[in-house]
Amino acid sequence: MQVKSEWTPTIVAFCCNWCSYAGADLSGTNRLQYPANVKIIRIPCSCRLNPMFVLRAFQRGADGVILCGCHPGDCHYTTGNYYARRRMTLLFSLLDYLGIERERTRVEWVSAAEGAKFAATMNDFVQTVTQLGENRRLEDLRCKSE
Amino acid sequence: MQERIRSRAIALLESGACDRVLGWKAGEFFYDVTPAVFTTPEQVGKEFVWGPFCGANLSKYLIQESRKGGKVAAFLKPCDSYSFVQLLKEHRIWRENTYIVGVPCQGMCDIDAIRGQGFKGILSVTEEGEDLEVDTLYGCRAMPRREALAERCLCCKSRKIVLCDERLGPDGEENPNVRFEEVKRLEAMTPQQRYDFWRGELSRCIRCNACRNVCPACSCEKCVFDNPSSGAENKAAADSFEENLFHIIRAFHVAGRCTDCGECSRVCPQHIPLHLLNRKLIQDMNTLYGTYQAGADLDTRPPLVSYTPEDPEPSVVGTIGGRA
Repeated sequence: MQVKSEWTPTIVAFCCNWCSYAGADLSGTNRLQYPANVKIIRIPCSCRLNPMFVLRAFQRGADGVILCGCHPGDCHYTTGNYYARRRMTLLFSLLDYLGIERERTRVEWVSAAEGAKFAATMNDFVQTVTQLGENRRLEDLRCKSE
Repeated sequence: MQERIRSRAIALLESGACDRVLGWKAGEFFYDVTPAVFTTPEQVGKEFVWGPFCGANLSKYLIQESRKGGKVAAFLKPCDSYSFVQLLKEHRIWRENTYIVGVPCQGMCDIDAIRGQGFKGILSVTEEGEDLEVDTLYGCRAMPRREALAERCLCCKSRKIVLCDERLGPDGEENPNVRFEEVKRLEAMTPQQRYDFWRGELSRCIRCNACRNVCPACSCEKCVFDNPSSGAENKAAADSFEENLFHIIRAFHVAGRCTDCGECSRVCPQHIPLHLLNRKLIQDMNTLYGTYQAGADLDTRPPLVSYTPEDPEPSVVGTIGGRA
């Protein structure tokens, strides 16, 4: 019989190509530790994040979703992150309204030079989601495997 | 009022000012009045209906009707006029092919509200001043009209006709802030209670798509929910996730464009209070980005296609609204 190891959360991090993705890279080259549960998905800009992506991530087994983009004012496309900020605020507020814990969703601004911030953010987020436990409220049982 | 509307419609058709008239006609039952297009004065005289059940929003039909050539006259209630302006703003309706007659509205009645007052075997409902005359199998009885109003009309945001070519009565008052009480009540609950509430509501969804099809804002020519590869195409929701997915995305896609006409909840065969999702978004946008009413004018930018550098951070979620 297989012994079940301790549960660890799955985190999906959507990272902007121009800043946070490079920030994650920098935290790697600096040998900074952050949990391996964080699955990074590179997107061309934080405003590429379609609300559907967030829901799909939860469907396919994510326990937390975080969006990392350039600091407001620093967007590679000038204004993308401003739009993303409004959209994600409203989407996360709607999820909260539907009873999905608001700690499961987060937006952080991480620049390409902030490798340390990236690692610290991920450590903190993984810890928060671990305390919350498994995502049960926005799960799709068909996508769960034992 | 019905006679006035009919004679106006007949005059428009007879004078040749309009080729078609968009209005309402009786459906299978007296209370399911449906939108209809009339082409002859005789049809109007026979079938055009105006009464306490003309809740259907006609604006969406103008997208197709205004493109057919010729001029179409439409009778719009205040909430329909908001949707009309919103669709004009999105360049969906060809304004030059439309002639809008504004109809003042006292609020529309809900047959379930009348049944809730203990009426059984209802045969017909007629307006008598401030009262409704309800004729049933067991005799005739009157009830106050305001007790039969639909939920969305009890907390009506505005009885003002935003845009029209002529109007058949004076505008009513605007009351944009009375409609958020139910949203605030939900916000004050714990996440578990909210989750249970929405599970109870959304698990009844049969994915009939009536809410999408009736919504004036939901009029994209291609819809994400019709895409077979989206995994959320037209079918009964397979599990709780798909119910949530459909309703979250539906509400989000109309965010900033929803005029809060309440049609989604009116047509829902399962009586899911879908307007509460839209209202939550409206309330959040009002709180965070300044008061905005979709369809109130043709110029202001909707909150989701605009921004300011000083916008609040997404960490405000959960600290706004009822829990401030």
